[in-house]
Amino acid sequence: MKNFNKPVYLAAGAYTISLGTGRNEFHPKKPRPGLDYYIQEAGKAVLSQINSPENIDEGVIANFMAARFNRQGNLASLMTTIHPSLVHKPMIRVEGACASGGLGIATGVKNILSGLADVVLVVGVEVQNTVKAIYGADILAGAGYYAGERKEGHTYFFPAKFSDRAGAYFEKYGKDITRQAMAHWYANAVENARLNPLAQEYHNTCKDLVSQGMTQPDAKTFTEHLNIFDCSKVSDGAAAILVCSEEGYKKLGLNSDAVCEIIGLGQVMANLISSPADLTELDASRKAANDARDMANVGIGDIGVFEVHDCFTISGLLSIEALGIVGQGKAPELVINGETKLTGKYPVNTGGGLVGYGHPTGASGVRMAVDLWKQMTGKAEKFQVDLKKEHGMLISMGGNDKSLVSVIVKK
Amino acid sequence: MDLNTRLQNVAVIGAAGKMGSGISLLLAQELGFASLENRSRTFILNLVDISDLALQGLIRYIKEQSVKTAEKQINRLRELYKDRVDLVENGEIINEFVHEVLVHIRTGKTLDLAKDSLLVFEAVFEKEELKFEVYNKLASLCPKETYFLTNTSSIPIKVITDACGIDGRVIGYHFYNPPAVQKLVELITPDTCDEELKVLSLEIAKKLGKKIVPANDIAGFIGNGHFMRDGLHAISEVKRLSKEHGYPQAIYMVDKVSRDYLLRPMGIFQLIDYVGIDVFQLILKVMNKYLTKQGLHSDLIDKYMEQGVKGGQTSSGAQKDGFLKYEKGKPVGVYNPETKEYVPVDDIFIKAVDEKLGLHPNPSLSWKNLLKDPEKDSKTQNYFTSLKEMDTLGAELARRYYNASKETSEKLVKSGVANKPEDVNSVLTLGFFHLYGPINDYLK
Ligand SMILES: NC(=O)c1ccc[n+]([C@@H]2O[C@H](COP(=O)([O-])OP(=O)(O)OC[C@H]3O[C@@H](n4cnc5c(N)ncnc54)[C@H](O)[C@@H]3O)[C@@H](O)[C@H]2O)c1
Repeated sequence: MKNFNKPVYLAAGAYTISLGTGRNEFHPKKPRPGLDYYIQEAGKAVLSQINSPENIDEGVIANFMAARFNRQGNLASLMTTIHPSLVHKPMIRVEGACASGGLGIATGVKNILSGLADVVLVVGVEVQNTVKAIYGADILAGAGYYAGERKEGHTYFFPAKFSDRAGAYFEKYGKDITRQAMAHWYANAVENARLNPLAQEYHNTCKDLVSQGMTQPDAKTFTEHLNIFDCSKVSDGAAAILVCSEEGYKKLGLNSDAVCEIIGLGQVMANLISSPADLTELDASRKAANDARDMANVGIGDIGVFEVHDCFTISGLLSIEALGIVGQGKAPELVINGETKLTGKYPVNTGGGLVGYGHPTGASGVRMAVDLWKQMTGKAEKFQVDLKKEHGMLISMGGNDKSLVSVIVKK
Repeated sequence: MDLNTRLQNVAVIGAAGKMGSGISLLLAQELGFASLENRSRTFILNLVDISDLALQGLIRYIKEQSVKTAEKQINRLRELYKDRVDLVENGEIINEFVHEVLVHIRTGKTLDLAKDSLLVFEAVFEKEELKFEVYNKLASLCPKETYFLTNTSSIPIKVITDACGIDGRVIGYHFYNPPAVQKLVELITPDTCDEELKVLSLEIAKKLGKKIVPANDIAGFIGNGHFMRDGLHAISEVKRLSKEHGYPQAIYMVDKVSRDYLLRPMGIFQLIDYVGIDVFQLILKVMNKYLTKQGLHSDLIDKYMEQGVKGGQTSSGAQKDGFLKYEKGKPVGVYNPETKEYVPVDDIFIKAVDEKLGLHPNPSLSWKNLLKDPEKDSKTQNYFTSLKEMDTLGAELARRYYNASKETSEKLVKSGVANKPEDVNSVLTLGFFHLYGPINDYLK
């Protein structure tokens, strides 16, 4: 990718509650709000931070599988329901499995760079509690190569894929320490979520999270190497943020304290049909992260806060290696030593991440951008990190390391 | 003939009843799996009951429950369907299995439907004449090799076989309610039972995931042998306590003591209501007929039945009023046969009874919170040790109740109903969900 032809900024981020098991207000049998509610909630929370919705030029909506979870297509058109002034403006829907949100941000950036827009509203949404997890597993399996993999695949298709990765990692780098680190990942995610009132695990009251995270996996009912605490949640939620040019955010009545600049972007697609060369590595993630860092011209040491795609605790560990925070096989030690906590050297997933906040799949990449923006602008409230470095970084992943977007922001 | 051959044609008689529907569900699912595992055979499940509406309700019930089973057994099902390229998703596989379960079922309103069945489960009303009628008919319709598994709660198996000329071919297969959930089957083997049937019964239990406790062929067997006498003890206590405290308070007291002081899941009168006062009377009558001079009779129960107060459940499973009146499953009144009205159980009523009973030995202990406690046994022992010492009315009633239950249980062993104390204890813990078996040394 070439360098940006002008500065691009993030502004006015917001997200909804991540609704699902764990939240006190969640009752599996009671009626719940649908897609339009979440899109509007997140969208309106953005609008409330700017002078006038008239100043929004375009919209991008990120979503993975509304066509199956909610039997709804044509989502870009649904986006206009956020505000009447959006009607008749250009909108587009993007999809890249669980990296849909990341692609939403990337698309927003490109729209700004094209010069056709100054302010782009990016919304990510997914409403998944419409089906039980056992049926949701079939839908989410669409992030893999469905025709070639689903039939042979496990009941819980993706958990099993990452269980295999965990198994390979155990073998290569030691089971005990890795298993411990996965439990610590879970504990840290929930501790951060307890500081974030919108997180799905906000109401979690478990006293000994590490022991809970160490629960013995049961291959008979779930997977060989992952227990349910190793998994992100089944969630309903949406996130929204504005991608702007300098002229754009000024037009919105915002000053430079309220925005952060996007200085690096990596966008990578790997071959959906081929199997991973090495189960203990996320090589496409590594490529995307390298691209973003090259463009931004920063090193890991310049980055003070990270958002990684921990769809499973093991993916969290693999991601921080792919980002280059530590070398291969070293993530477990880093996590066990507390270096990824809010007070650690490399704070990761400060608002809870996918395990703690929740994983409304198509929204997650946008939610990551919002959490980075919050950290950069000092709006993260209880989970605000005392930033030692002026950069933040995210990696949004779709499928089994297939669709990747990495973004680097600067205060 | 092996079990798999017999499973190719099975019948349930009284299939739409409380017990019959659960047994039908278990068998339908078992045949569903069996047909996937032995594709060269055909399996048939004949479900017989007397009402079309009830049979249709039964199919709906089996369908709903089979979805749940398939969801739980999805890993096994994905494996069983691995050759079916058209079935890819969990949802598709679950639907296919439910279909497989239903495809083997034939329903009907007459016993003719069972004429080719090699294995018959019977769960019609607990009435001797009805059971005789059913077995006489089946004896003439079915092949000579057919075996019968009766769910009778009280009628001696020998009485049935003698009356219907099918000696050796009937065994008591006493499921507990609800059969799809409860793990216990009390197996009543009459002296003349065929060896093959005995072996088969154990194989079936294994297939259905049930735990067998053997009992001997004496009316009421172990479960009702204990339950009926437990109920009669409660009623005699009520009579005794009524003089001082009045009837409604006495009922409430004994119910409370049997639940909270004995750490049982339900009070005795709530349990009788749950089973149904009519059923209680029916079983008592049968037992009294075969076990004479044991006082297995209650005027009070007859009085309730005369007044039309029967307990039991509505078709949707809600508790009907009986000894107690229920709101949202909780007792809120006590029936008084003198006035034919329910006396409300309000705060004043409860306080009055509680003051008379005195302090509970350990209010933090209950059946519910001990159930999953790993230290349940030692905590229960300690609890009874403190109960032994206490000088309150509640503690005294609890000791009397405990002793009566223990004595009944020991008599079941002594009179040959149960082979050993452990069997009585197993029936009470597995079938009645008690925390402990009645034959123990807690109060020694
Ligand atoms: N309910 C319990 O807790 C329990 C527990 C263990 C054993 N049992 C025993 O199970 C048997 C059934 O009890 P239940 O509680 O299920 O009773 P129920 O009244 O719910 O069911 C009996 C069923 O038999 C049917 N029936 C009556 N006459 C018939 C006939 N001629 N042909 C076909 N079907 C006929 C009825 O229509 C009804 O559906 C009894 O022997 C009972 O003692 C009951």
